[in-house]
Amino acid sequence: MQGAPVTRKGSPWYDPKIRGYVYQALLIGAVVYIGYAMISNVSQNLARQRIPFGLDFWDTQAGFDINQALFPYTARSSYGDAFWVGLLNTLLVAAFGIIFATILGFLVGIARLSKNWIVAKAAMVYVEVIRNLPLLLQLLFWYKAVLEPLPRPRDSIAIPGGALLNNRGLYVPEPVFGAGAGLIGAAFLLAVFGSIAFYVWAKQQQAATGRIYPIGWVSLGALIGLPALAYVVTGGAISFNYPAMGGLNVRGGITVYPEFIALLLGLTTYTAGFIAEVVRAGILAVSKGQWEAADSLGLPYSRTLSNVVIPQALRVIIPPLTSNYLNLTKNSSLAVVIGYPDLAQVFLGTVLNQTGRAIEIVGITMAVYLTISLLTSAFMNYYNQRMALVER
Amino acid sequence: MKTIMTGVLAGAALALTISAASAQAQRSTLDQVKARGVLNCGSNTGLAGFGVPDAQGNWSGLDVDYCRAIAAAIFDDPSKVKFIPLTAQARFTALQSGEVDVLVRNSTWTMTRDTTLGIAFMATNYYDGQGFMVKKSLGVTSALKLEGAQVCTQQGTTTELNLADFFRKNNLKYTPVTFATADETRSAYEAGRCDAFTTDASGLYSERLKLSRPDDHIVLPEVISKEPLGSAVRANGDSQWANIVKWTHYAMLNAEELGVTRANLAQSLQSTNPEIRRLLGVESKLGEGIGLTNDWAARIIRHVGNYSESFERNVGAGSPLKISRGVNALWSNGGLQYAPPIR
Repeated sequence: MQGAPVTRKGSPWYDPKIRGYVYQALLIGAVVYIGYAMISNVSQNLARQRIPFGLDFWDTQAGFDINQALFPYTARSSYGDAFWVGLLNTLLVAAFGIIFATILGFLVGIARLSKNWIVAKAAMVYVEVIRNLPLLLQLLFWYKAVLEPLPRPRDSIAIPGGALLNNRGLYVPEPVFGAGAGLIGAAFLLAVFGSIAFYVWAKQQQAATGRIYPIGWVSLGALIGLPALAYVVTGGAISFNYPAMGGLNVRGGITVYPEFIALLLGLTTYTAGFIAEVVRAGILAVSKGQWEAADSLGLPYSRTLSNVVIPQALRVIIPPLTSNYLNLTKNSSLAVVIGYPDLAQVFLGTVLNQTGRAIEIVGITMAVYLTISLLTSAFMNYYNQRMALVER
Repeated sequence: MKTIMTGVLAGAALALTISAASAQAQRSTLDQVKARGVLNCGSNTGLAGFGVPDAQGNWSGLDVDYCRAIAAAIFDDPSKVKFIPLTAQARFTALQSGEVDVLVRNSTWTMTRDTTLGIAFMATNYYDGQGFMVKKSLGVTSALKLEGAQVCTQQGTTTELNLADFFRKNNLKYTPVTFATADETRSAYEAGRCDAFTTDASGLYSERLKLSRPDDHIVLPEVISKEPLGSAVRANGDSQWANIVKWTHYAMLNAEELGVTRANLAQSLQSTNPEIRRLLGVESKLGEGIGLTNDWAARIIRHVGNYSESFERNVGAGSPLKISRGVNALWSNGGLQYAPPIR
């Protein structure tokens, strides 16, 4: 070693890189230890108190019925099936809620900026009232508002088209697919793809020549016309099972329960109030010059809004919109107060109480809500990246 | 929201207090209650006749009397009870986690609950069965005519399970509509959401009184299940505490059988009947054997009364519910209430 250049690096403790690794290892060790200690402590003590721990209840027969199930579920199904029924019901109301709240929220948000004084003030009153009342109260209000004015089953309101409405829900005709129904489905799919192709073509034409094609009308015509044509050609392959009064209640058709309607109304109107403000903020964030530029090109107001302002506003709107979507999904667990069988009501309520497995069930429920929220978040982040301003 | 929060909180509390419970395990429940100076009794959030607070916060009811009797036996003071109102959902978790010492909350004794929840049922203080209530205007006179009905019930109860069994057994279709609390269930039924309302028969009579027009509703004759409502404690091997809870009920039954009442307690203490003398601790040291004083049963009678007195005052002739003794009569009168002898 003699004669070799001595590189004095000093003690490894003073190397920031090594120190960083040491600290991180310590932190990970501490987290793992705390997790382990919690789990082993809980399971030991549960065993000492003779409370079983584990997921063996999952396949046990549930023994209770649920009114709204998206797949066949009976009292003979398992607790695991009950979990899926609850989860799908949560996703169902969240999906519809997000779609309707977005539409209503955009309309109200744009209305608040309207030059028409009455429209703008009405939108403002809506936003202020809705945002400042507790959602729980609003849900109870909607439930009463749905139940109270509707008649008993015997005096059901007949809605044109064969649907019935009473205080047990909305009964809509159920399609029954006969021979040749596949052709109608194929016609519908053709219309969907045709509309998409036409949209792409029309946009290219617009970019190249400046000519604007009536995309909306053409798509609508195709989506209704093609299946209708197929229906006539196949000689009415789809028939309908119409709801009718029988015994104590309406029989037949598909039932939309009052709990679902009330929850959807409550979540939609409440979240729309917040989305409206997000939309307003997004539109106001687009610089005035953009409006003036569009005006000077002679674009009408609606086109300025849809082609110039909103695409730019979306960059500001999407991140807070995401958190409103997450809130709506989480708020759907308030369904318990009006008896809508969502995940919280079925799993955290009934299944927990029938099995007594509080720790497992609360843990699973938290994990599920977390997963739904993270997935929604991930999708919205992806969408946000696509919409973000591309710096050139 | 309240119920989810109680579910979540109860779960979290269970996880935390179970770890804390190891320190307490060395001390018997009786010692803990004595050190605290008050009995924590898990009670209904409000069921007339069984456990309900009045406007001043004074609790009354058959279940409430049971807890007062335990407190009387321990402290010679029936007011040393803290009633903790629990929903159907939170009740067993609250007992498991040690939030309450004893659960007397019209809870049905079933094998699942007795063997898998870490709790043990002690004594049945009310034999009940599930029934249906409907509006008179519906024109239904039997539960077997409820084909296609929508039925309101409380979730997480044995009621919900019996309902499914009943309709399955009789091959009838129905739609359940479930709510977290009895109040929500009743108000949905009253608003016309359901054709029928189902719970334990005692509960039906109690809930019917809360309807705006009770006379417009009838209880159908069918009783579709066995609902032995009883007291429960933690199944942690504390047999002393289990004995106190069990024998409190039996003391009240034995007192009724022997004709010992609040009014005649002074004379009864002078009685020459050896059974009465043993019950009241004049001629026995049985109370000391379960960690109490020998006059434990005399204290119960003095402060609360015997089973019959409690029954009539809370749910029987002396109450708005006017429920007859029925199967809850003493065995010697053809009922099911039978206490092992105190000797």
